Amino acid sequence: MKKLIIIALLLLAFSISASAQRWMTRTGKVRFSSSTAIENIEAVNNEVAGALNSAAGEVVFIVPIKSFKFDKALMQEHFNESYLESDKYSKASYQGKIADMSKVNFSKDGTYSVLSKGQMTIHGITKNVNIPATIVIKGGTVTVHSEFNIKPADYGIKIPSIVASKIAADIAVTVDSILKEMDQ
Amino acid sequence: MKKLLAACAFTLSVLPCTTSLQAQDRDSLQSRDENDMMAILNKESDNIPAAIYTAATFKSTRIANGHSIEQMGAGVLDMRINHRFGLLNQAFKNFFGLDNAVSHLGFDYGITDRLMIGAGRSTYLKDYDGFLKVKILRQTEDGRMPVSLSYMGALSIQAQDAYAPAGKSYMFKDKMAYIHQALIARKFSASFSLQLMPVYIHYNLVAFNNEPNDIFALGLGGRLKLSKRISVTGEYYPLIGKRLTGTRNAASVGVDIETGGHVFQLLFTNATGINERTVIGQTTGRIDRGDIHFGFNISRVFTIVRPKDTRDLHNKIW
Repeated sequence: MKKLIIIALLLLAFSISASAQRWMTRTGKVRFSSSTAIENIEAVNNEVAGALNSAAGEVVFIVPIKSFKFDKALMQEHFNESYLESDKYSKASYQGKIADMSKVNFSKDGTYSVLSKGQMTIHGITKNVNIPATIVIKGGTVTVHSEFNIKPADYGIKIPSIVASKIAADIAVTVDSILKEMDQ
Repeated sequence: MKKLLAACAFTLSVLPCTTSLQAQDRDSLQSRDENDMMAILNKESDNIPAAIYTAATFKSTRIANGHSIEQMGAGVLDMRINHRFGLLNQAFKNFFGLDNAVSHLGFDYGITDRLMIGAGRSTYLKDYDGFLKVKILRQTEDGRMPVSLSYMGALSIQAQDAYAPAGKSYMFKDKMAYIHQALIARKFSASFSLQLMPVYIHYNLVAFNNEPNDIFALGLGGRLKLSKRISVTGEYYPLIGKRLTGTRNAASVGVDIETGGHVFQLLFTNATGINERTVIGQTTGRIDRGDIHFGFNISRVFTIVRPKDTRDLHNKIW
């Protein structure tokens, strides 16, 4: 009888498949840079919240706009008050699916190129985007690295004609976030 | 043995059901899972300081004549040039006041995000002034702290030699006045802010025996944003209790225009002076007689010390 129970339990144990693995960060990094002949505008945000669901192939990033730091306080104030209007739209977010997530082996160190398709919401406007990314598994953490361009015009960010030559039509965005396994 | 085999067979047959059940759950829970992740991350983002504290209650560290609740960021230097033209009712002879003018040149510096100091010199009565402003309470977006509170303490020294009666000497300390102010402000909406500023001024020496050395006033100031870069400001300092001879409550109305690195404040006021000592306690202009000065403040900020996180950024601007 004992043997029976032990074997039954063992078999049951094997039948419980590994639960969906979720990875998260509260201190993700997003940086953007606008380069023109007249002006370079750069800012970095170290308070990005990000999550990755490896089983479901989903990735979510939430970027609080007021956390973008510029080296000039006045630039930061203008960015928030006049351009991104962060009082009205306090966060930018990305919600996407990674179709080829299955090729990533989360239990072993490695580097993988993936493509994510999803919705980018900035300044209250949502657009469907395709974002390539690199997922690096190292030492039990997942690093998501991605570089892509964003057009301010696509998201209703008004740039007065007086300063139009100082702000690039394409803003280069870099995501570099290290995610750790999330407690269930 | 038979029982054992039966048990194994049963468990094995149940296995595919459990795994397929979980797969099904996964498919239908997928969007729910994603929304769960969004909800968790949203909560994280709501708890960071940048999201909690109200920013930009006013456009500048001064409302018009007097201080606002705003501080200079750490490591930022503000050069201020204030100008008040002569009285408008002086008509054509004095070019409506453009002939007589009072200027003030000052530098304000943020030591930390909550502590700033400043020094300046006014041409009116050769006034040297210095101040420090400390942010004590910060308004929060969720309503836990409904107001921002700051303390402003200033010292003013008027180098212009006052008339000293024969036989008496005019000492250095007689030129000094001390100002203590509490600034209580609330940003009601993105376009409207209001500030209450109780103020206490102590003059070491006043002209007449029956004049008080201590002046109290309860100032009220506010701003209304008309567009992203333009706002209307107003300030009024009603004096409470005894006042210096012939002085009236100081009032001002102005327009703030914000450009790239400058804030231009254009204003009309009945105050001749520019710092708190002269504006609040020694204004003699009578609005009903048209004793109004037109003036402007120009503020230009320079970043002296770059914030820690941003050392590797390469902002390059004119």
